[in-house]
Amino acid sequence: MSNLNKKGYYTVQLVRIQLEDFSIDQEVKNVMAASNGIGGVTIFLGAARDFSKGESITGLDFEHYPGMAEKKLLDIRERALNNFNIIEMGIVHRVGKIDIGENIVLIVAASAHRNDAFMACEWAITELKRVTPIWKRETTGKGDVWVSETP
Amino acid sequence: MVTVRFFAMLRGLAKAEVKEYEIGSPITVGELKEMIKKDFPALTGLIDSRSLLVSVNQEFANRDTAVKDGDEVGFLPPFSGG
Repeated sequence: MSNLNKKGYYTVQLVRIQLEDFSIDQEVKNVMAASNGIGGVTIFLGAARDFSKGESITGLDFEHYPGMAEKKLLDIRERALNNFNIIEMGIVHRVGKIDIGENIVLIVAASAHRNDAFMACEWAITELKRVTPIWKRETTGKGDVWVSETP
Repeated sequence: MVTVRFFAMLRGLAKAEVKEYEIGSPITVGELKEMIKKDFPALTGLIDSRSLLVSVNQEFANRDTAVKDGDEVGFLPPFSGG
């Protein structure tokens, strides 16, 4: 893995869509490698829960628009770096089949002081849900259904 | 050739992932929607819905966005990532 450094540097490793699970520890380390000036790191972890709108869920399957989805995530990182006082951000989203209890998405925001990291992290996950072409299909007792709205 | 890509529930309803159209001169996204509704009647409700987003060459587009030969158009139902 190449070195990741400096605010605004194009680092594809920090922003990924992948089938495999990720290590929260490793992702945090990757982001913290950006600078010794990091004093606070906030993470958001999205996990697969076993219910949705009163239905019991036994599994999830995510699909994305290859190319466009990655571009949107890279753009979210860029905008977070430009609009918040953070030093680095990583975003990893999984696709394909995901079991209940498994990781789905991780946002890591790092700043000198905690408040900037909290704000950027919250903004990034909300923006991800709004603009990233990723779709979730839930396996329920009534079969597989595409989720058409994100709460 | 314009390549139209259907995702998630749209792909299921269209029973197709990709549809290609030969167009002589550029058309608008709105005109392309009409062509698709004719070829895939099952998609009419979703295509007319305000929540459907369309991309042209992987950038968000609107009804008036031009579509020309070689473009890739994505029909994107409401997102549910995260």
